[in-house]
Amino acid sequence: MTMSEQVPGTHNATQPVPDRNNATTGTAGGHWMQVRDVAAYYGDRMAISEISMTIKPRSTTAIIGPSGCGKSTFIRCLNRMHEVGLGNNRVTGSVLLDGHDIYGRSIDPVQVRRYIGMVFQRPNPFPSMSIYDNVVAGIKLTRSPSRTELDETVERCLNQAALWDEVKDKLKASGASLSGGQQQRLCIARSLAMQPHVLLMDEPCSALDPIATYKIETLINELKRQYTIVIVTHNMQQASRVADETAFFLAGEERIGKLVEFGPTNQLFTNPTDPRTEAYITGRFG
Amino acid sequence: MADTGTLPYKASPVSPLAPDRRYLARKFHGRFMAGLITVAALVGVSVLWLILGYVIVRGAPAINLDFFTQRPLPYGEVGGGIAPSITGTLLILAVAALIGVPVGLGCGIYLAEYGRGSVVEVIRFCSDLVAGVPSIVVGVFVWALLVRHVVGNFSGIAGAVSLAIIMIPIIVRTVEAVLLLVPYTLREAALALGVPKWRVVISVVLPSAKAGIITGLVLAIARAGGETAPLLLTTLGNQFFSWNLLEPIGAIPIQLYNYAVAPYPDWHTKAWGAALVLISVIGVLSTLARVATWGQSR
Repeated sequence: MTMSEQVPGTHNATQPVPDRNNATTGTAGGHWMQVRDVAAYYGDRMAISEISMTIKPRSTTAIIGPSGCGKSTFIRCLNRMHEVGLGNNRVTGSVLLDGHDIYGRSIDPVQVRRYIGMVFQRPNPFPSMSIYDNVVAGIKLTRSPSRTELDETVERCLNQAALWDEVKDKLKASGASLSGGQQQRLCIARSLAMQPHVLLMDEPCSALDPIATYKIETLINELKRQYTIVIVTHNMQQASRVADETAFFLAGEERIGKLVEFGPTNQLFTNPTDPRTEAYITGRFG
Repeated sequence: MADTGTLPYKASPVSPLAPDRRYLARKFHGRFMAGLITVAALVGVSVLWLILGYVIVRGAPAINLDFFTQRPLPYGEVGGGIAPSITGTLLILAVAALIGVPVGLGCGIYLAEYGRGSVVEVIRFCSDLVAGVPSIVVGVFVWALLVRHVVGNFSGIAGAVSLAIIMIPIIVRTVEAVLLLVPYTLREAALALGVPKWRVVISVVLPSAKAGIITGLVLAIARAGGETAPLLLTTLGNQFFSWNLLEPIGAIPIQLYNYAVAPYPDWHTKAWGAALVLISVIGVLSTLARVATWGQSR
């Protein structure tokens, strides 16, 4: 499936989250998100607060900042993964997908995650499943797809993840038999199989070598023509290579992560408005 | 001191790697401790082989085809076997597993996947308490409840219930422990695909822990299979074949006990034979479970 297959239509903010089976039709110009005054807690401890930003459709938004600034916590708030962990994790504020609050009263977090996929820091393919089954795991575990649909999905998603040529002859091999970089692309293919509106990536290259990293970055630039991507990275060069817009997070003395600066990547790296941003990107701390 | 040849450096007169007294002391210490734990390991394992060997030596003379196919005969008559006890034990164990496995499995899954905070602590504590209750007390409890009242007489179902009570805490603890070993990242991966939690547990977590869970179940069934005290108070034992769960049913441990406390040498041999059969039944069950999970992790 390519972009050219996307049927144009008009975006309507009042329309409910579109039906997934209709996802190829999509919303013209892609899907956008808006974060409004989000704060996240681990039990009683506040980890991030007062975060607001708009994530543009069909673009890559990078979140950068030093360790412990709440980057990962923030991105996990965007598909309601933050509340999954044990303990009393919670989120306040609202996060809109195409104008609809994913924290709305009647919204099921499971449903949110079908539309907002996530790729994790460490490649985590299901070790007991084959490459084929890994790609379609999400489909198989949420409905009863036909064999044809599965075959098509596997080829389409592995192609989109730039992995098809490397694994097409060993689809029945275990997902764990692949290299780290291949595993991470497999995880991306697995997310794409759900036809998400937004793809979240939490430091997807931090466990990979430079060549594998380069492949993933190329892939991100390819995928953003069709998907809205948010990527957390501790690598500023990576942010400058892949991101259209970049957000800089920083935690102060009280260890609560806040959004310091948000804007077009070029501007943030060449002409930051906040002195703390400048200090960080010039390597004076963090 | 090695020849340094044309190098512009001289070898130091004393090797910096030469062993000194403290090094030798540490080395001795290490060897000594390694020796101690090796002895401990050997003692632990040899107990198993001593028991097994002795049971085989004493029990083998009692083993013949009749022992597996005939019912027990009164003292003085030659031959006979413990067949009703073997079928009885298998039946009671099957029914006990039918009750205990779902409850224990469900409870273990709840503790590992769903329970939060103090609820988990309370359940875990209660489960440990049940595990610590002497089996004869379980027998007395089931006797008072089922034998005296609900069923009204000694019965196979009462024995199965008491064995299930003994199984449950073992299953709960092993299932919980095995599930907690499944990496959290796997659950995360599935949840992030929009898979409902119950489906994640059934299709991702449980298959990953299958081998460990089966091992736990077998351990629990084996443990229950050897229990004698609660069965004496609940199923009573039976010299004849019976498949009626509402009537007394034979069981190998009870038969073993009856033979062992009798004053006849022939019955003592049969008691050893019964012990050998009991160990074998449990060994076969364990082996089957191992084969079923062959080649899988853990």
